[in-house]
Amino acid sequence: MTIKEITEVLDARLLCGEEKADLEIEVAFASDLMSDVLTLIDDNVLLITGLTNTQVLRTAEMSDIQCIIFARNKVVSEDLIALARENEISIVSCRYSVFKTCGILYGAGVKAIF
Amino acid sequence: MHFEYQIEGGNFTRAGLASSEIKKMLKQLNVDLGIIKKTVVATYEGEVNIVAHAYSGTIYVDFDPEKVVILLEDEGPGIPDIDKAMTEGFSTASSTVREMGFGAGMGLPNMKKNADDLKISSEVEKGTTVQITMFLK
Repeated sequence: MTIKEITEVLDARLLCGEEKADLEIEVAFASDLMSDVLTLIDDNVLLITGLTNTQVLRTAEMSDIQCIIFARNKVVSEDLIALARENEISIVSCRYSVFKTCGILYGAGVKAIF
Repeated sequence: MHFEYQIEGGNFTRAGLASSEIKKMLKQLNVDLGIIKKTVVATYEGEVNIVAHAYSGTIYVDFDPEKVVILLEDEGPGIPDIDKAMTEGFSTASSTVREMGFGAGMGLPNMKKNADDLKISSEVEKGTTVQITMFLK
């Protein structure tokens, strides 16, 4: 699925990274534990999380994650969006819970890592 | 080539800035992307550890065509039992650190997994030194 399709299927908003809207995503990982995210060796992982702090962005940057979905309408600060833009990471804001977000994406064909 | 980055203990807003700079530098030096990822994941884990546990620290990067050596030195409480600290799941992190998404006792084991070579030495009430070596060939 592309980031654009993911945004549509979740009825979500793409807050930044419009230039990557056509990027294909195959696998996703949902976690609020950044230590767990940092152990992933797969490339081009979609991260679904409820945690919104600088370290989520830094973790994504180090792990080469190109798209993050913030679930449950979490407030995403301007600083966070600026950091995402700087690192060319797409940010999707979604009103659904992490569970529902995962369910929809899994049903739509996005694969789990483990 | 030699670079140095100062790390401030407790400042989570800035945690990751040094690793970010190191990633940009390695990209400019055309290092293999897979090696960059392993290098910066290990470095970032170490940087977060300094911010989470130490008062201050410095990250030294030495780059040559054969290898990149990253030395993380901190002034802090030190690690009384390194073997225990290397055990997955063992953590002494504060609730603040856990709220940031860390402190699950996975950092040091993940550094070991990503680094080609990892050396740790520590003195209680003085500080900790971690050396990450990545071979480029």
